[in-house]
Amino acid sequence: MSDLALNSSSTGRHIAYVLRSNPVTALAATGTLMLVLIAILAPVLAPYDPVASNVPQALQPPSWAHLAGTDQLGRDILSRIIWAARIDLMIAVSAVSLSFVAGAVIGGFCGYRGGRLDRWVGRFVDVLMAFPLFVLAMALVAALGNRVENIVIATAVINLPFYIRFARAEVNVRRNAGWVEAARACGDSHLSVVLRVLLPNVLPAMAVQISLNLGWAILNAAGLSFIGLGVTAPTPEWGIMVAEGARFITTGKWWLVAMPGLALMLTVLCFNLLGDGLRDILDPRMRT
Amino acid sequence: MTAQLLQVENLQVAFSTRHGTVTALHGIDIALAAGETLGVVGESGSGKSVTSLAVMRLLDRAGKITGGRVLFEGRDITHAGHADLRRLRGSALSMIFQNPRAALNPIRTVEQQIVDVLAAHGRLSRANARAQALDLLRAVLIRDPEARLGAYPHELSGGMCQRVMIAMAIACEPVLLIADEPTTGLDVTTQQTVMELLARIKAERGMAMILITHDLGLAARWCDRIAVMESGRVVEQGETVALFEAPAHPYTRRLVAASPTRRSTLADLAPPGLARDAAPVVTVPREHGPGTPPLLELVNVVKSFGGPTRAVDDVSFKIPQGGALGLVGESGSGKSTLSRLICRLIDPDDGDIVFDGESIARVPAREFHQSPRRRDIQIVFQDPNDSLNPRHTAFDSIAYPLRRLEGLRDGAALQTRVREAAARAGLPMDLLQRFPHQLSGGQKARVGIARAVAPRPRLLVLDEPTAALDVSVQAVILQLLDRLRREDGIGLLFVSHDLNVVRMLCDDLVVLQAGRVVEAGRSQQVFQRPQADYTRTLLEAVPYFDPQRTELLKTA
Repeated sequence: MSDLALNSSSTGRHIAYVLRSNPVTALAATGTLMLVLIAILAPVLAPYDPVASNVPQALQPPSWAHLAGTDQLGRDILSRIIWAARIDLMIAVSAVSLSFVAGAVIGGFCGYRGGRLDRWVGRFVDVLMAFPLFVLAMALVAALGNRVENIVIATAVINLPFYIRFARAEVNVRRNAGWVEAARACGDSHLSVVLRVLLPNVLPAMAVQISLNLGWAILNAAGLSFIGLGVTAPTPEWGIMVAEGARFITTGKWWLVAMPGLALMLTVLCFNLLGDGLRDILDPRMRT
Repeated sequence: MTAQLLQVENLQVAFSTRHGTVTALHGIDIALAAGETLGVVGESGSGKSVTSLAVMRLLDRAGKITGGRVLFEGRDITHAGHADLRRLRGSALSMIFQNPRAALNPIRTVEQQIVDVLAAHGRLSRANARAQALDLLRAVLIRDPEARLGAYPHELSGGMCQRVMIAMAIACEPVLLIADEPTTGLDVTTQQTVMELLARIKAERGMAMILITHDLGLAARWCDRIAVMESGRVVEQGETVALFEAPAHPYTRRLVAASPTRRSTLADLAPPGLARDAAPVVTVPREHGPGTPPLLELVNVVKSFGGPTRAVDDVSFKIPQGGALGLVGESGSGKSTLSRLICRLIDPDDGDIVFDGESIARVPAREFHQSPRRRDIQIVFQDPNDSLNPRHTAFDSIAYPLRRLEGLRDGAALQTRVREAAARAGLPMDLLQRFPHQLSGGQKARVGIARAVAPRPRLLVLDEPTAALDVSVQAVILQLLDRLRREDGIGLLFVSHDLNVVRMLCDDLVVLQAGRVVEAGRSQQVFQRPQADYTRTLLEAVPYFDPQRTELLKTA
């Protein structure tokens, strides 16, 4: 369809416009894209086997052979960082998707329906938020079992309240808009008003939240691994790497901690910076 | 020339935006003598409000005066410093705004807000602050002023809020009051009392007033002189009666033509280009057998929202096949509730709604979307800015009912149907790819109408479809609706507060007050010989555009 083609090319132009007028977003987008590529191409990119120990080469500072140095078992830190990107991104993306989808739907219905459902869910969310979230995640992983899936679930649960509240508030201010009633006159049930009409409209605002949350989720997963929950050694994971390296920092072996720490920091930074740009891209009102 | 109170000479204002500088005022000249009322009329975007903001020097940061000057009592205040301006504003120049509720501070009482104004200009002796505030409330004729002193804005009606705004505006005895659409959004009867109050206060205190409005009827009734603005220019200026009787500029003529008078018909409102659409409104009795049921019949419909009062109380009326019925009432009369009941968006508590001989009230609103009747009843909403999904292009908005109700997929059939609906609503095809924020108010109204007619409904419920539109756009939309009815035989339920507009479009009308029908009958009859007192009040309050009658009122 010619109309369709017109539409998609104007979307492309709009994305280009947002990126051009906002170089920080462009930088963050590039960084995020590289991160995803690194995660996907880990087997090709990593120069060494991330779990093969080579004790004679242990605790080497960065050099041309080992760009980020080696750890206490002589494993190449760069290769481990590359492989770790996979698992960390996987945990963060699945946890955030889970809480985003569940939160948007629950919050959307609460905001649209109001009444008793809204009050009950609201109180439940209040209770959830009253816990120190990291401790809650620890408790969940400890209760559910020390596995990667449970890290995902725990991370999703502690992010859920933000999405519920956000979606609820955003839907609530729009539920009496003329276009919502118009959709009902056009044959939508209450269910499809929420799913097809209201939620797509709150998506741009929530995209910012997603991006910020990806950063938190990665920190959370790394934090859980750091205290020994979730991912276990010898699997390469940034949190474990920092935890294991921490023992050697007093002896001046800084690269064991600094390298994975740097990777963690850059990733979180990219996600946070991406947020605002995402909102501009997704909001049709920004298109002129 | 005598000494003018306010003199605006060649004033130019520009705004800087994402797309470069936009000139809002291209050099305007206005003069106002003490005690005079000047009406500034024009449609949205003509620069009326920018003019008043520039005079008050209240333009926001993006706006700048780029040329010309403003003289107040002979002093050039174009570049006056902040301290000077603060002294002037409120005490010599004062302003009241549209939407009084938004202009009042929601967390301070009426008394506190009035006292704030007095204190800001050092007109306050602590001891009698309360007495002064009370005097002001008395001046604006607020009932029970002692009790209102402690009220918060949300406890007052829209008309009351505007009175409080006026009290604040006149607190420091200004010599010039700028009223920017002071009655827009208020009920007609409230409109009239607010305007009467303003005129009285103006006369008592010898103030001059600038009345900014889009409503020629209002301007004609209350102003000594009129300045007509179009896209940042004053195109015509003169004595009210002389100007409206013999408008010289084509734009003024167009505005005058589009403003409904007591006797005008839809055909009279035609802008020149659209005259061919406006065949005289003859209500052709349609060929329906004697046994044909009415298109819509309401039988003792009741709806309440939990409170002690009923929003809709025992309402019955009929619309014949292809007929047009006007539902008139002020805010709170239950007319919007009624339109939602008929569209089956909410359920009645009692009574029956019969569509084409079939009771549709039995299907709960929750399940009505599956009913085959869903596509037969469509609705056009009041505020075009609020009735389109911001994420849908005009095309998607119009296609939505077709996709949802008829299961059409993307393709030639959908394209054809959308284009057909757009054509029927008079929407240019090149606008179909635009998002709502890229369309003007009139264009959005057309998209809303196109969406409603796309599934080929048999009854169109129009919930104040022209209330938010300029008069020239209103005229075009009314003619469009009339054509839909005559050519396609769509029945219309026209919900409005404006009796005069209803009279032109509808054969029958029903007047609602507090959820009850107070009068029903043929439009012409009700209009000429109203039976109920309430209808009479409503009719008297309509600000007709009628220069001769204005003269009579003033001399009387």
